Amino acid sequence: MVDPVIINLTVFVLAVVVGYHVVWNVTPALHTPLMAVTNAISGIIIVGAMLAAGPEQIDAGTVMGLGAVMLAAVNVFGGFLVTQRMLAMFKKKNK
Amino acid sequence: MSANSVALAYLIAAVLFILALKGLSSPVSSRRGNMFGMIGMAIAVLTTLTITQNVLYIALAIIVGGAIGAVVARRIEMTAMPELVAAMHSLVGLAAVLVAMSAFYNPVAYGIAPLHTSNLLELFIGTFVGAITFSGSIIAFGKLSGKLGSKPLVFAGQHWLNLLLGLVMIAFGIVFMFTQSWTPFLIMIALALLLGVLLIMPIGGADMPVVVSMLNSYSGWAAAGIGFTLNNNMLIIAGSLVGSSGAILSYIMCKAMNRSFFNVILGGFGGEGDSGSGGGAVEQRPVRSGSADDAAFLMGNADSVIIVPGYGLAVARAQHAINEMAELLIAKGVKVRYAIHPVAGRMPGHMNVLLAEAEVPYDQVFEMDEINNEFSDTDVVLVIGANDVVNPAAKTDPHSPIYGMPIIEAHKARTVLVVKRSMAVGYAGLDNDLFYLDKTMMVFGDAKKVVEDMIKALQY
Repeated sequence: MVDPVIINLTVFVLAVVVGYHVVWNVTPALHTPLMAVTNAISGIIIVGAMLAAGPEQIDAGTVMGLGAVMLAAVNVFGGFLVTQRMLAMFKKKNK
Repeated sequence: MSANSVALAYLIAAVLFILALKGLSSPVSSRRGNMFGMIGMAIAVLTTLTITQNVLYIALAIIVGGAIGAVVARRIEMTAMPELVAAMHSLVGLAAVLVAMSAFYNPVAYGIAPLHTSNLLELFIGTFVGAITFSGSIIAFGKLSGKLGSKPLVFAGQHWLNLLLGLVMIAFGIVFMFTQSWTPFLIMIALALLLGVLLIMPIGGADMPVVVSMLNSYSGWAAAGIGFTLNNNMLIIAGSLVGSSGAILSYIMCKAMNRSFFNVILGGFGGEGDSGSGGGAVEQRPVRSGSADDAAFLMGNADSVIIVPGYGLAVARAQHAINEMAELLIAKGVKVRYAIHPVAGRMPGHMNVLLAEAEVPYDQVFEMDEINNEFSDTDVVLVIGANDVVNPAAKTDPHSPIYGMPIIEAHKARTVLVVKRSMAVGYAGLDNDLFYLDKTMMVFGDAKKVVEDMIKALQY
């Protein structure tokens, strides 16, 4: 059985390689929306936060988890919506 | 849901995130890309909800946080995007620290009890990266929003102090790994928070695009680090995507300023009293100045005009006026394009968003590298609110502090118009030879006022 650390590392390295190639393809005109959407995506920490808030018994651990869920939710919603707002502004000339 | 179905749902979400980033390769596909991102996040959140118990509380926390995020996203001004992004990085950092503390408090909840040394190491790394992201982003936010001075705070022995703090922090991290107790863990977090503040304080306003990109990267690595601790591939993949994106943006910004990453991070630029070469007395050289009417006449009779906007344009809120002026010129048969330097705004791509907001069509907007060859064939260049990014000294004067920085080659055009408040120097504190060329005409005044006068002149 492979140590989970190795599996994690495999996933990590592959994701970095994919990220590297995908991001170099982003047009410089959209670098600000890129940052906003990566902000939203880094809100994925919400998954970890939900697991922390998950156990039925409420204690310090679940409270911290709930706090983290709220913070991450600001990022998720704020990030995607502000990206959407920005992208809607990019128009071609057709008047 | 079973652990396997959860993992498969995460896989789908991860692919959707990659598609979201891929969509940004062109404005046409970007909106669909963003939609993919939202769907991916919805899948990840709903899937996780099925394996948690306090669904009600969690849903409540999501609604409260989500509502705050939605309101901010709706209200934020586009000029304030850098602050918003910095603030959001700090939230991710803090969330990562909270999750790490919670994981240490109750490892059973994550199925990682008993904690192995590798778990503790990962926990340690995720926590300190999160803590540095949190406090560093708050400082960056303060500087960008003008709540803190944008001047770099520099003092003797700063780098040694940071190095020492870093080493002490790592030492406490190692103690934490062996003792598994709260005291070293909390001290380590406190030191990381302090380090975040000290690392960003010395960095000046002009370098903020790099700092924002770097913190963007950190926020991703923090999420990925937590993912290692929790053996959660969703966090690892999404965190790595964000981490590499921020790293690439930092690199692009450094290159655009011709500075090494370490040079920026070690700080102290952007506000030096000493301006390097020459220094002291700036000799009074004659400049040719003209009125907005003269400038409008020159542009109206040109075949092609390239507008070079800088952040000064946004400060003067002249984006809409410039678009109106460009439309008048286009109606007269003039070919109008915009040339954007990578560091024209306060964050990567900022100027493009500001122009898009002013309804400038994106097919008129070009990046520096795309348009630099066209200047020698251009009748009129209008430089407005920009200074250092069009300074030919970057190409010709090896003694100039900005020597080697890629610039927009406005000086190659047949006529150069520069709209500026006064002869004051730019960020780098340098005089600009462009202003003294025979073919240059300065138009002094507030950018918005000048452009409005140009519009009036063009309407007759």
